[in-house]
Amino acid sequence: MRTLLVLLLLFLLSAGPAIAGVKPEEMLDDPVLEARARALGQQLRCLVCQNQSIDDSDAPLAADLRRIVREQLVAGKSEEEIKAYLVARYGDFILLEPPVKPATWGLWVGPFLLLGLGGVLAFIYLRRSRRGATTEDSELSEEERSRLAALLGEDPDGAHVPTSSSSP
Amino acid sequence: MIEYGHFALALALATALVQGVVPLWGAARRDRAAMALAPQAAVAQFLLLTFAFATLIHAHLTDDFSVRNVFENSHSTKPLIYKFAGVWGNHEGSLVLWVWILALFGAGVAVFARELPATFTARVLAIQGLIGVGFLSFMLFTSNAFERLDPPAADGRGLNPILQDPGLAMHPPMLYLGYVGFSTAYSFAMAALIEGRVDPSWARWLRPWVLAAWIALTLGIALGSWWAYYELGWGGWWFWDPVENASFMPWLAGTALLHSAIVLEKRNTLKNWTILLAILTFALSLLGTFLVRSGVLTSVHAFASDPARGIYILALLTVAVGGSLLLYAWRAPQMQSGPVFAPISREGALVFNNLLLAVACGTVFLGTLYPLGLEALGGPKISVGPPYFDRTFVPLMIPLLIAVPIGAMLAWKRGDLPGVLARLKLALAAAAATLALTLALGGARALLAGFGFALAIWIVVGSLVEYAERIAFLRVPLIRSWQRLRGLPRAATAMTLAHVGLGLMVLGMTASSAGRVERILVMRPGETVALAGYEVRFDGVRKVRGPNYVAERADFTVTREERPVTVIHSERRFFPVEQRATTEAGIATNLLRDLYFVLGERSGDGWTVRLYYNPLVVWIWGGAVVMALGGLVSLTDRRLRVGVPRPAARGVALEGAD
Amino acid sequence: MAAEREELQSHERRRGAVWLYLLPIAIFAVVALALAWGLSRDASVLPSALLDKPAPEFELPPIPGRDDHGFSRRDLGGRPMLVNVWASWCVPCRAEHPLVTRLAKEEGVTVHGINYKDAPEDARAWLDRLGDPYTYIGSDRDGRVAIEWGVYGVPETFVVDARGVIVFKQVGQLTPRVIEEKILPLLRELERR
Repeated sequence: MRTLLVLLLLFLLSAGPAIAGVKPEEMLDDPVLEARARALGQQLRCLVCQNQSIDDSDAPLAADLRRIVREQLVAGKSEEEIKAYLVARYGDFILLEPPVKPATWGLWVGPFLLLGLGGVLAFIYLRRSRRGATTEDSELSEEERSRLAALLGEDPDGAHVPTSSSSP
Repeated sequence: MIEYGHFALALALATALVQGVVPLWGAARRDRAAMALAPQAAVAQFLLLTFAFATLIHAHLTDDFSVRNVFENSHSTKPLIYKFAGVWGNHEGSLVLWVWILALFGAGVAVFARELPATFTARVLAIQGLIGVGFLSFMLFTSNAFERLDPPAADGRGLNPILQDPGLAMHPPMLYLGYVGFSTAYSFAMAALIEGRVDPSWARWLRPWVLAAWIALTLGIALGSWWAYYELGWGGWWFWDPVENASFMPWLAGTALLHSAIVLEKRNTLKNWTILLAILTFALSLLGTFLVRSGVLTSVHAFASDPARGIYILALLTVAVGGSLLLYAWRAPQMQSGPVFAPISREGALVFNNLLLAVACGTVFLGTLYPLGLEALGGPKISVGPPYFDRTFVPLMIPLLIAVPIGAMLAWKRGDLPGVLARLKLALAAAAATLALTLALGGARALLAGFGFALAIWIVVGSLVEYAERIAFLRVPLIRSWQRLRGLPRAATAMTLAHVGLGLMVLGMTASSAGRVERILVMRPGETVALAGYEVRFDGVRKVRGPNYVAERADFTVTREERPVTVIHSERRFFPVEQRATTEAGIATNLLRDLYFVLGERSGDGWTVRLYYNPLVVWIWGGAVVMALGGLVSLTDRRLRVGVPRPAARGVALEGAD
Repeated sequence: MAAEREELQSHERRRGAVWLYLLPIAIFAVVALALAWGLSRDASVLPSALLDKPAPEFELPPIPGRDDHGFSRRDLGGRPMLVNVWASWCVPCRAEHPLVTRLAKEEGVTVHGINYKDAPEDARAWLDRLGDPYTYIGSDRDGRVAIEWGVYGVPETFVVDARGVIVFKQVGQLTPRVIEEKILPLLRELERR
C-alpha cells in the first residue's frame, strides 16, 4: 500500500505527458473569444515539442503562449497582430501555416505548377495518342510474337517472349 | 544463441551478395546455372534471416539481458506480447524486420513466379539481393541488434510505455510489409529496364506483388492513425507529421502504380510511366526509412536519430534511387508506347487518376521537404503544418474523388461520358439530397461538411450503381443476378469494394471533423454534464494496479434521456521502471459515433476532464479496412495466379470485361 | 513505307522527350543534396529571430533575498555583454555554470542572468552553492520576459553589443568549443568597434 502511495506521489510530481492541451482554467469566459483563441492556437507551433500545435501540447512554454494569445485577444488585438508579435520573437517557424513571402512562393505555387506541368504532359500524351487513334496497333500481339519466335527458331527462354502457357 | 543469429546475418549478407551479382551476369550470358542460383539464393537468404530473427525474438522473450538490444528495450516485468513486439520497437530490431520482409518477398517471387522467364526472374531476384546487401551491411556495420553486453545486465531499461500497446505493436510489421513489399515492384521495373522491354505480361506478373504491398501499407497507415487517435489523447488522427507523410507518399504513388499497371496490362500503354512509378514508390519508401532514422526532420515519431546512420542510409538511397533513375533515363526512351485511346475513356480516366495522385504525392513531398531545402539555401526556418496541407492536398483530392465512379464506368478505348453520367443519375441525386439535408440540419455553416458528405455518398452510391449494372440487379430475376455475381471476375468486385471503402473514409473524415463536439471542464465526482444529447456523469477516480504500472482510473456513466448507454473509464498510468506516465482515453465506439473521454489533472476538489463526441469516426479506419479488403479480393483473382493455364476460364472472363 | 514514317515519328518523339526522362534523376540529385546538408545540422535548433535587432524592452526585479538591483534594458549597452538564461531545475545549466564563471571571472566578460521560472529559494541556494558569476540577475518568475527574448528553453545565452543589439544566440548549454570559436572572437571584434 505504501509503495503504491509513494509511486503515485512520484507520478503526480513527475512532468509526464499526462494531459494534452488547453486546460479549463486557461479558457476565456467569452465563448467567441475562446473560439478564436482555439482557432489561433491550432495555427501556432509548440516550439519545444515535435510537430504539435500549442493547443495540443502540455509543455509549459505552450501554456505560456496560449495565455499570451488569450491576453492579447481580450486586449482587442487581431489574429494578424498576435501572429506578428510571436513571429517577431520566434521567427516564421512558429506559424504552422507558412506565410506567403518570396521565400515561400515555391511552396505555395509548387502544387499548382506541378498540376499545370502534369496536366500539360498528360494533355500532350493524350493528344499524341489521339492523332494515331485511327491507325491500327503497330505492335505485334503476344501470339504473333511467339509465332515469330517459333518461326525464327529462337530459344523461348532466352528471348523475352512469353510462351503461350504463361498467358491465360 | 544470439551469436548464431549474428552469424546467420553475416551469412545472409554473403548470400545476398551472391544473389545480387551472379544471376545478373548469368542473365546477360544466358547461363542457366548462374540464373538458377537466384531463386535458390533468395530462399536460402530467407531461411537464414528467419533463423536470425528467431534468435533475436528468443532473446527478448527469455529476458536475455546479456544481449544489448534486449537490455535497451525490454524489462522483465513487461507483458509477454510487448516483449515480442518490442523486438521491432527500436531501430536495430526494426531493421532486422525490414530485411526479413525483404527476403520474404524475394523468396516469394522465387517460389510463386515459376512461369516467369528465367532471365527475368534472375534479374528481379538479383536486384532484391542487391537491396539486401545494402541493408544487411548497414546493419552489420552500424546497427547490429545481435551484440552482447559485457558484463550482462541484471534487467533492462524497459520499453517506452507509449509503445506498449496492441495497435502500435502491429503497426511496424504491417507498414514494413507495405514499404518493403514495394521493393518487388522496384526490382520488376529494374529488370524490365535491363531487359529493355515491357509488355502486358510484365504488368500482370507485377500486379499481385504491388497489391500485396499496397494492402499492407493501407492497413499499416490505418493502424498508425487509429493508434494516434486513441493513444495520444486529443482525438486527432492525422497530423501531417513528416514521418506520417513518409508513409503516405509511397501509398499515394503505390495507388497510382496499381491503377497504371491495369492500363498497361489491358492496353499495353503507359509503359514508361508505370516503370517510373514502380521505381518512385520504392524510392519514397527508402526516403521514409531515411527520414525516420536520420534526425533530419523534427517529428513526433522518429526513432532516436543518429547522423552517422543517416549518412549510410542516404548513401544507400543515392545508389538505389540514383542508379535506377539513371537507368531509366537511359533505357526508357527506347521503349515504345503502345496502342492508343481517346481522351475520354477508361484509360483517360486512369491517366487523370494518376495525374492527380502524382501531383498530390508531389505536394506532400514539397510540404515535407521544403523547410529543409529553404534552410539549406540559407533562408529562414519555416514550419509547414496541417494548415498548408489542408489548403493544398485536399483541393487536389476533390476532382479525383469526383472522378472515381465515373472512371469506373467508362469503357476502354473510347468512352461515352454523357452516357455514363446519365447512368449515374441515381448517385448524383443521392449526393444532392445529402447536401440539401446537411444544409437543412446544419444551416449555412455546414456547407463544407455538406460537400464532404455529398462527395462520400456520390462515391459509394456511384460504385454500387456500377456493380448493380454488371449483375443487372433488379432488371433480371435475383437468382440471375446472383449467378452473374458469381461469374464476375474478382477484380470487378474488388474495385467496387475498394472504391466504396474510399467513400466510407471520406464520410468518416468529414463527419468527425465537422460534427465533433468538445467539452473541456473541471468536474467534481457526482457532477453531470451534457454532451451532444448524452448526459455524462463523473463518478470519481480510484486507484488501480496494472502488470507494470499503477494508475488513477476515472469512471463516467453515460445516459441518454435517462436510459443508460455505457460506462467509460479513463486512466492516468505511471510506469515505475521507465519513469514515464501515459494517459489512456476511455472510448465507447459504435458505428455512429465515438464517445471519447480523457481524465486530466486534479484541480482543486475536482478533476479536469476532456469529453469528445466524434461522429462516424470509426469509418475512417473501417473504410480503410474495406479498401484493403477490396485489394485482398483482387489478389485472390485466379487470373493473377500466373502460370495456371485456364483456357476454360477465358470465356467467363471476357464477359465482364473491365 | 508506313513503317518508315512510323519510325521517323517515334524518333522525333524520343528526341524531344529526352529532357523529360532526365527530370526525375535531376530532381533526385537536388533532393539528395538537401538531405545531405540536413544531416550536418541539428534540426531541433531554432535560430534566433532577434539577430541584429535591438534587445527587447524589459524590466525584471531581483531575486528576492539577493541584491536589490534587478536587471533591465538600461543595463545593456555601452560595451558588449552576455545575457545568460538559466534555472536551478535545469541540468545543462548546471553543466555550463563553470564556463559562465570562467567567462565572467577570467575573461572579464560582463554576464547578466535571467532566472527563468525559478522559486527564489531554489535560485538562491543554487547561487550560494555554485557561485554567482552574474553582474545583475533578473528574476523572471512567469517566463514572460524570456518570451520577449524569443527564449524557448534553458539554457540560452545571448551576446549583446555596445549598442544594445543582439548579435549572437547560443541555444543549449555553452561548450568550450562554442566559447573559443564563436563567443570570444565575437567579443574581441565587438570591443574593437
